[in-house]
Amino acid sequence: MMDFFRALADPNNLFLRQTLLVGLFSSVTFGIIGTYVISRRISYLAGAVSHSVLGGIGAVIWLKTVFALEWLDPLYGALLAALLSAFIIARFGSGTMKKREEVMIGATWAIGMAVGIIFMDMTPGYFDITSYLFGDILLVSGRDLKLIIALDTVIILFFYRFYHIITAICFDEEFARLRGLKVDLFYQLLLGLTAVSVVLMIRVVGIVMVIAMLTLPAATAALYARTLSGMMGLAILFSSIAIVGGLSISYSANLSCGPIIIVCAGVIYFFLAALKRNKNLY
Amino acid sequence: MSLEIPVISIKDLNFSYSDNPVLENVNLKIDRGELASIVGPNGGGKTTLLKLILGLLKPGQGTIEVFGTTPVKARRKIGYMPQHAQLDPQFPISVLEVVLTGRIDQCGKGLNGSFPRTATAQAKAALAEVGMADFTQKHFNRLSGGQRQRVLIARALCSEPELLLLDEPTSNIDPRSEENLYETLARLNQKMTILLVSHDLGFVSHFVKSVICVNHEVVIHPTSRINGTIIKEIYGGDFDLIRHDHRCGPSGHSHYDPFSGDHEPLNLKGKS
Repeated sequence: MMDFFRALADPNNLFLRQTLLVGLFSSVTFGIIGTYVISRRISYLAGAVSHSVLGGIGAVIWLKTVFALEWLDPLYGALLAALLSAFIIARFGSGTMKKREEVMIGATWAIGMAVGIIFMDMTPGYFDITSYLFGDILLVSGRDLKLIIALDTVIILFFYRFYHIITAICFDEEFARLRGLKVDLFYQLLLGLTAVSVVLMIRVVGIVMVIAMLTLPAATAALYARTLSGMMGLAILFSSIAIVGGLSISYSANLSCGPIIIVCAGVIYFFLAALKRNKNLY
Repeated sequence: MSLEIPVISIKDLNFSYSDNPVLENVNLKIDRGELASIVGPNGGGKTTLLKLILGLLKPGQGTIEVFGTTPVKARRKIGYMPQHAQLDPQFPISVLEVVLTGRIDQCGKGLNGSFPRTATAQAKAALAEVGMADFTQKHFNRLSGGQRQRVLIARALCSEPELLLLDEPTSNIDPRSEENLYETLARLNQKMTILLVSHDLGFVSHFVKSVICVNHEVVIHPTSRINGTIIKEIYGGDFDLIRHDHRCGPSGHSHYDPFSGDHEPLNLKGKS
């Protein structure tokens, strides 16, 4: 593990330092949006949004190849698919259909992935979708880093300005509505923000595992936090520990870093949850 | 009769969840200063009636007016306490923060999203009102069931409502806390109209001025006229009427026969 930190100190190793920065800035998103996802109990919704992103990526790759649209970036397709699936679930999984929300989530999850694979089948040539599925923090570009910093800024400003309103809605939505809050508007805005976060974070840990980083650090923080803001701060900390730990282990052991980061986050969660368990219970 | 607009006025109301009628032909008028309890069996439509008054549900037929306007427009004047069982017990929030959500409408409008000082003062005053002033910074999920009820009542009081709606305020609290709670409500009733849902008719009948019986249909009884026949009508089954004929009241020691007189305290235990 020490060779990772030695390499980090090497002035020629700009690349590794950028990777570390990506990890730390991602932790801000994981911590804050993750806290929202956990306290609103929408982790499966976030999972559906992330998997449906493959549909958007597949469509863009197909359009790009078949119609030679060089300017198209898979990121656009991913964003569109994420926002669309979040909108579909929010629109059709609420109200009288609320009891069927999990069906809507499962359907969006599966259809999104299926559409992505169909498009890739239709596209001439071979594509390796592993980097989308499992992500690779080492491939994150300078542009991605800037996007992640911009996202962090938007998230921090939004949650700072509307902190009390978000707390009220997360704690008791019905009561917040009765006090005259525009609950549906905030729900859609927060869902949109969650969808954008999922898309950018896919670059770091991939479609399959983004849900883990949106839930594990925040769930670990929930073991100790007394307020929503405290939970966000702690979640950022736990996420940073998992990412720095995961990066250094994968660097030393020469293993892909996404899965190691997830395992680190998971081990931290299960270890602390076991410590925290009430010993007077059977 | 006074010309004052009634606090709640319901005319010919029908409500059903898809094909399942819940409330039929409801007419109800609640005047200012009333302290009434909604009673009735499970599935009789108690909470539905409350949600209609709050404007969370739309009536199928008929009209509901609250303070002479629509329920949605009247919401600012209503304080509401839901059943706390529906809240996430793990949610990280302090007692003061919970009560402050009652004043979320005053949360900063500009770039600064914080509460004005007056809101915090109101929240603390509301906590003092329900005897929870010492718990301001406590974690909400560390409180007992009865303490949580009190905090949620403080949240409803925080916005200085003219009408207070309480859904099962006495569920899962012990008899002594229940008695304290009713004393608090009687005191608050001097300032506001109160409507509460309870399934414990016997206990509630000491405190409230009238009982609104909800079992698909709605009937109002002044508490002085509750007797076995009426109770059978409401609950529609066989019930044990447990005599509370050993009572110490302000007027000394007294004995009642539940089946003869007016104004006998009753406890209900459903058999069916």
